[in-house]
Amino acid sequence: MATITTTKAPHSAPTAPGTPGWVRWVNDHRKWLFAAPAMTFVAALLVFPLAWTGYLSLTDAEGSVRAESEFVGVENYLDVLSDTERFWPAVGRTVTFTGVALLFEVVLGMAIALLLWRPFKGQKWVRVAILMPLVATPVAVGMMWRLIFDPNIGLANQALGWVGIGPQPWLAGQHTALPTTIFIDVWQWTPMVALILLAGLTSLSDEPQEAARIDGASTWQRFRHVTLPLLMPTLTVAILLRGIDALKTFDILYATKGRGGGSFHEVETLNVYAYGLSFDYNDYGVSSTVLILFFLIIIGAMWALTARRKEAQR
Amino acid sequence: MKPRPAYRVFRVVALTVVVLTLLAPLLWMIAASFKTNVDIYDPGKALAFSPTVDNYVKVLQQANYVEFIGNSLWVAFAATVASLVLGLPAAYSMSRFTMKKSALVVLMARVIPGVSLLVPWYYVFSNLKMVGGFGVLIISHMFVSLPLVVYIMMGYFDSLPEELEEAGLVDGLTHIGAFRRIMLPLSVPGIATAGILSFIFSWNNFMFALVLSDADTKTLPVAIFDFVGYASIDWGGLMAAATVVTVPIMVIALFVQKYVVSGLTAGATKG
Repeated sequence: MATITTTKAPHSAPTAPGTPGWVRWVNDHRKWLFAAPAMTFVAALLVFPLAWTGYLSLTDAEGSVRAESEFVGVENYLDVLSDTERFWPAVGRTVTFTGVALLFEVVLGMAIALLLWRPFKGQKWVRVAILMPLVATPVAVGMMWRLIFDPNIGLANQALGWVGIGPQPWLAGQHTALPTTIFIDVWQWTPMVALILLAGLTSLSDEPQEAARIDGASTWQRFRHVTLPLLMPTLTVAILLRGIDALKTFDILYATKGRGGGSFHEVETLNVYAYGLSFDYNDYGVSSTVLILFFLIIIGAMWALTARRKEAQR
Repeated sequence: MKPRPAYRVFRVVALTVVVLTLLAPLLWMIAASFKTNVDIYDPGKALAFSPTVDNYVKVLQQANYVEFIGNSLWVAFAATVASLVLGLPAAYSMSRFTMKKSALVVLMARVIPGVSLLVPWYYVFSNLKMVGGFGVLIISHMFVSLPLVVYIMMGYFDSLPEELEEAGLVDGLTHIGAFRRIMLPLSVPGIATAGILSFIFSWNNFMFALVLSDADTKTLPVAIFDFVGYASIDWGGLMAAATVVTVPIMVIALFVQKYVVSGLTAGATKG
């Protein structure tokens, strides 16, 4: 085999003679010196809090984290895991919210990306338009929809009135609130999925498409058997990014329904529940337990997705 | 390949529906911010109303919004600059030396639910007498923007050929010098992307400021809640407040949309 000569950057290139010793030392250690400040910063804000949350979840800390709290072992975990009034419904809402929102965002985002794929006049302006919800402040977006979905004065019910449908309670209803917040999430974040998928589509080469076309594949067949498989890695990234954020949704829920996810906790997801336990009830032991379980759910979901992604790449 | 005429018609119709669905609510919000509360309550005045700036007078004068705009600007700006200062060398190093595990530590910050950190942060920072100050807000917002900067810039540095840096070394630059004088100037578009995204995410961040700010340091997303009373809502004022928060960031995004899009889609196509 021929020797392959690579021109790798001379990471350990001799420094010019006459350079002071400290410059040489900095050069030799720059790999870690460059990364250290950022890593220390994140780790300091991350590691201690997580460890402490883990510890608090094993105590009965309440009222103040400083108060003499007792070590209670896994009691909190048993309590939380057997709590069918707040915890499990919150898990259910988190899963519903994330799953349904993601489903709509991926399907609609894919449709929008396909519409924007081939160049046309005015494409740039459509792209700018779909960027607007994405950069709008989520809390303000929540307030905006709160006015539009107001049962009495909102545009949504007025519009329904024009087509002869009776007023709906939307955010105010016990069973309509969660679907309505899902709608808001879909409105705000579908553009992000669309933009990511569009970037993926644009980076695909045209040849497989042409080959399939010459072989007589229909539009749907080309999408299903050529475009979609090639787009799978991008799609997984989009689902991963959006999924993590959807699981953690807080701003829209807090802006539209306030504390506790409404008076019947109708939009109380794990994130909202944990926030309430921490800052409305100061029930730190239980809230830490919920957070640790929530964290495990997120890691589990990520693990499942990345495992799928590796399989898809095989 | 030219699409068929039938598809072109379909595309125009479909995209019109998409654009209207995405923009109409925002326009409705802006329209409501120029209405009196009486007009907001009147379906007949949906479009035909006489605009008034009373809501903005209320927001900017009585509700102290000028101060909150300043707070938001300062926190987002400082968090962005600090994140770039810490993040650029880190991203460079992680890209050059493929420090995957180290990068994962920084990216963990993106995955963790913010609530799980807030109680410990609140405890530590209140003992340091920092809660309610700008320092703690900037630090907490950096927690959001730093991983973003590292993620975007790692991809950007990956795309720059190492040969450029080598040439600098041959010409007698030190490694630090090559980073500062060659790699950084070449990555200006990437830095712009990272900086803009970092600013937007920090500007929009709500939860950290909700817990860690006080009446004097609160940022715009928190200040919006001043218009939500227990019994009733001042809709006109609320929509003006929401407009004051969202429109500046939308205008910025309008002008630098290329960077925003490339930041949001960074890394997505590499799979």
